[in-house]
Amino acid sequence: MAALTARRGPVASTSTKSSAPLHVENHFQPHYPYRLNFYDTPPQFDVTLEQFESWGLDRLRILAEIESSFVRNRAFEELKGIVNTQQKKYLTLNSNTAINADKDAERKKDHVSHFVLRLAFCRSEDLRRRFIKAEMALFKVRWETDDPKEREEFLKARAFGWGDVSDAEKAELEPHLKACLNPKQLQYFPQEKYYKVPWSRVPDLVHGRRVYLRAGAAYVPSREQSSIVFQQFQADLEEAMEMTARALPRMDEDRLTPILDHLSKGFLAGVASEYSAPESGESVTADMIDGLAKKHFPLCMRALHEHLRKESHLRHQGRLQYGLFLKIVGLSIEEALAFWRKAFSGKMSDEKFTKEHLYNIKHNYGLVGKMANYPARSCQTILTTYPPGANEFHGCPYRHYSEDNLKTALQSMMGISSHDMQDVLSSVRTQHYHVACTRVYELTHGIRKGEGLGGGETVNHPNEYCQRSRELEKSKNAAAADDAMKID
Amino acid sequence: MAANDVAMATEQQADPKSPEVMSAFYSRLYPFKSLYTWLSHTPVPISTKDAGVPKSSTNWTHREFAFTLQNDAYLRYNSFQEVDDLKKQIMRLIPSRFEIGAVYNARPKDKKTLPASALQPLRRELVFDIDMTDYDAIRTCCTGGAICRRCWAFISAAVSVLDTTLRRDFGYQLLLWVYSGRRGIHCWVSDESAMVLTDDQRRAIMGWLEVVKGGKDMVKKVNVRVAGGLPPSLQSSLDILNENHFMPIVLEDQDCFGSRQGWETLLELLPDREVVSNLRKKWEDEDEDDYSSKEQSISERRWNDLRREVKAVAKGSTRRAALMAAMEDIVLQYTYPRIDAEVTKHRNHLLKAPFCIHPSTGRVCVPVDPKMVKDFVPEDVPTVGQLLGELDALGTKTEDPSTLNWEHTSLKPYVDMMDEHNRRILQAERERKQAENRKDMSW
Ligand SMILES: [Zn+2]
Repeated sequence: MAALTARRGPVASTSTKSSAPLHVENHFQPHYPYRLNFYDTPPQFDVTLEQFESWGLDRLRILAEIESSFVRNRAFEELKGIVNTQQKKYLTLNSNTAINADKDAERKKDHVSHFVLRLAFCRSEDLRRRFIKAEMALFKVRWETDDPKEREEFLKARAFGWGDVSDAEKAELEPHLKACLNPKQLQYFPQEKYYKVPWSRVPDLVHGRRVYLRAGAAYVPSREQSSIVFQQFQADLEEAMEMTARALPRMDEDRLTPILDHLSKGFLAGVASEYSAPESGESVTADMIDGLAKKHFPLCMRALHEHLRKESHLRHQGRLQYGLFLKIVGLSIEEALAFWRKAFSGKMSDEKFTKEHLYNIKHNYGLVGKMANYPARSCQTILTTYPPGANEFHGCPYRHYSEDNLKTALQSMMGISSHDMQDVLSSVRTQHYHVACTRVYELTHGIRKGEGLGGGETVNHPNEYCQRSRELEKSKNAAAADDAMKID
Repeated sequence: MAANDVAMATEQQADPKSPEVMSAFYSRLYPFKSLYTWLSHTPVPISTKDAGVPKSSTNWTHREFAFTLQNDAYLRYNSFQEVDDLKKQIMRLIPSRFEIGAVYNARPKDKKTLPASALQPLRRELVFDIDMTDYDAIRTCCTGGAICRRCWAFISAAVSVLDTTLRRDFGYQLLLWVYSGRRGIHCWVSDESAMVLTDDQRRAIMGWLEVVKGGKDMVKKVNVRVAGGLPPSLQSSLDILNENHFMPIVLEDQDCFGSRQGWETLLELLPDREVVSNLRKKWEDEDEDDYSSKEQSISERRWNDLRREVKAVAKGSTRRAALMAAMEDIVLQYTYPRIDAEVTKHRNHLLKAPFCIHPSTGRVCVPVDPKMVKDFVPEDVPTVGQLLGELDALGTKTEDPSTLNWEHTSLKPYVDMMDEHNRRILQAERERKQAENRKDMSW
């Protein structure tokens, strides 16, 4: 994949410091002395196309959870917990003290994936803003969980342009500096080291009047250093993203474009996952679907089901979306044929069904045609591809329905009260459809707000929604059974 | 007819809403060249046809102008290649006023041909807007759109505090204060470091400056203390207000605690039940005539009553500290600048250009010297009618009246003030360029 670097290099080179990309073999392992990274220099080594995509996707999963935490107004501590869990799954970063870890490999993945997503998200103002906000949060979480000693070394290694405040100046300004401290902080004043930075580097501290200002210089105690670092991280990233955006049209790497498209769409949908593993392996029969739909299906599938029952018909995209979903729910090919044959029987002869639909259903199951085992559509696919036309009922109701229709659907199918409706609709209005869907899951399952599918996770696949709902029911039944035993 | 009479006659007829009047104003009086230098940070090109004359900077060509037409239509996203192009468009549209926006990453007039949201504001003067309507709850002389010499004193206090703070804390030097034509004042900061501030940073400045907060229902509008004390910057502002403004404005002239409603509000701002009940008893029984016959204003006496009560509380006690703090907060609440935060926070916010005519008063939005703001009298600001009258009067004595312009009218000292400010901008620009060159050389 040497050609990839050669061509991508200049594009990813958002820093003025970067020189021509270095040509190194694929097994080259760069060395990263620190866990934290300011991403000043783009990767100067080869990565495979597969790494390019899968690493980007892994980082995206974390950023998507961060963004959905913002939307749900999670406290920073809560966000920190979620990010740490997600990082362990997708993007581990061990500190230097960890012995049995390939730290350089972890950090290389972190480095590369950051630059992959820069490319994917530099393309619109909105994406840039959201990406920077999420990356900022990720950096803050890592900063706070970093080993203080390693953090200090990391800071020393990078020139921030902070001016030292001499002891004489500190003494001269003592009353002013002290007036910015609360009583708890006052006792540390004698040891406190102060830095002088242009005030615009520490807008947060200025906004809260937490520093002393003189002629444009902010006098920042070392305790507030993190504030300067975060601001610098954000300012640098903003600038770099704009430069990348300007450079991007020159990119002629057509192998990357679809990957980047895919990644940025994934962020818009709030997710980036394919849910293709069949559920628990237990089989579901055609006559169980009505019951399952009422209790466990997300609104998109519930709506398709209701329409199918009412009209004895679904158009092509609706059949695909619903059919693949049912396959993953556990409907075998035999049961699927039985289900669809019966569902269409109200308006269609058996003969016509066999002629027109049998092949397609088998195709969904990979039994004919390309023989591919098609995965069910993820929220991302549903949200961003095949928008429904007139008389079509597939897609994501949160995104594709009018507000009136959505309200009616939520009331009649999901039993959402008018009291809770606003909560759901406000997420819809800000285009956070996955958050709206997650909220409905919480409301219909009697789950505390913010818990999501469990541990704060957001809905990103209809089958995941359904599976979690069924698991929840099972554990409740088990608990009830336990209780029943205890009575005697 | 004597020249003076002509002037009088024209003044009386001059309706700032009439297109003829405004057309004459823009063509004969508006100082377009000064506006150009002020916004572009470059001198006006002698002639654009001359070889070697640099093109207008993007500070000018990518700058948004918005026009309010006589029929109140509002046209945004205009931009111009040269200063003459702006003048031509203004002569064509005869707007009742026009506003200045940000410098964008592309020409604002191309907005329609650019991809959605491609047009982004990059640079903009840091601006502040102080409007008398925000003082309606405390001024006793006028309400609404009205303003007089007396309530101007609030603006004057605001200007001296804000001007000092922006220079002292933020180090800005290129501040232009402009009367808004009716009841307020604007401040435009042209320092390079101010031009490049992001919206976040502008918001941070507002956080630093904003002291009086909360709507009508909130009695105590000042809550800025850290562990009981005032941050250093606000302490300095308080000193200015205590020394020069609170007593003459609030106590003497406006007599803010004279009416029952006035002193009830004062009592509500005091955190001490005992002091409040003592004062209430005293003030309720008082015969107001008794008070006003004396040399002191009623408010001044009541403020002194309050001081006496506070002095009676044990020195060093927390009660006394709380009362002292409350008195300081009252000074801030009544005299600290009340800034319209939204105007400052966003780079793409538009603000009326200097030297426009206020459509209802006919007065010119003239620059104001912050050192002399105390003596500024809104009623003395020339109106469009007066200025055109002056020109007409001179015209009868001059061979070629078309050579007459603002230099021959009472607008001159104000344009001179802006030109002086522009000289400082150009000087700063030269120094900045030199410093940049030095930096380049050192590479
Ligand atoms: Zn007044």
